[in-house]
Amino acid sequence: MSFNSRRNLFFLGMLGFGVLYLWGLKGLPDFGRYEGVYGITLNKVAVAQTHATNLVAAVTFDYRGFDTLGEEFILFAAVVGVAILLRAQRDEAATADEEAEESKDESRSAPHTSDAVRVLGLALIGPTVLFGLYVVAHGHLTPGGGLSGGVVLATAALLVYLTGEYVALRRVSPESLTELAESVGAGGYAAVGFLGLLAGQAFLTNVLPLGTTGQLNSSGTILLINLAVSVEVAGGFSLILAEFLEQTLLVRERKHG
Amino acid sequence: MELLHGLVLVFVAVGGTAVVLTRDPLAQSMVVSFYGMLLGILFFVFQAPDVALSQLVVGAVALPMMILLALAKAKAEKQ
Repeated sequence: MSFNSRRNLFFLGMLGFGVLYLWGLKGLPDFGRYEGVYGITLNKVAVAQTHATNLVAAVTFDYRGFDTLGEEFILFAAVVGVAILLRAQRDEAATADEEAEESKDESRSAPHTSDAVRVLGLALIGPTVLFGLYVVAHGHLTPGGGLSGGVVLATAALLVYLTGEYVALRRVSPESLTELAESVGAGGYAAVGFLGLLAGQAFLTNVLPLGTTGQLNSSGTILLINLAVSVEVAGGFSLILAEFLEQTLLVRERKHG
Repeated sequence: MELLHGLVLVFVAVGGTAVVLTRDPLAQSMVVSFYGMLLGILFFVFQAPDVALSQLVVGAVALPMMILLALAKAKAEKQ
């Protein structure tokens, strides 16, 4: 297809899209006006029902908790998939792996980290972990929660790699631990769901004591699920990070060493 | 709609275009990270702080990190 005909096809598509877009815009409610029935209803009842002040958490982990469980397992499957793909190649180089193990420190061919990065990274590790824990623990009170907090926690592992060496990352997030965290987190969410069944109610019903609204220890299963999700996300992201780095370093070492 | 809303929308539009126009994957991973941050600011300005936080960690941190790691692996293999 020539450049001109491709361009004409593009403009034709743009025209069609533009017409549909403007047509759709005309049907939208005015800016700032909200007419969702569920949203308005939940705004009235959710705090009283769940004792969670962050309604987003109340919706994702309580009202539609089963839906989020599915999303949780999408993430779980994705992490496992990446790990399996990367590991298959590592086995192919099992012998190179052994040799590389001995000369890990010297044979790192990447340029040395600058002092500025090291100092800044070191200074950031502590606050990052603390902030991650804060975001996780306050998921039911303020914006945040397991997903965001979990990624923040995993970022701390990345900072360790940036400031220290790969070996240091291995020490703070060993494979067995990250794998365990990922599985326990994902399974923990489902386990919380079974609490509802044990109490003779539906799966994922919020059966735990709800506590005082606004307190850290409140909102029943929402807090528990938040913690489970954070463990899974932090573990999963650290696992992917470690697998990727392992691969990259391994290939480098095979070529140079 | 206030000035801030319009301003942020324009920034996001420019940022999205910049991601598409950047052709080098390494530079693109940086631009997409910046674009992720702009989107996060957009959600925040439009009063969706929870979504903004998720967007920040996924769009501005996790996604560029995955791209960078994949690039590093591809480059190491090519050498």
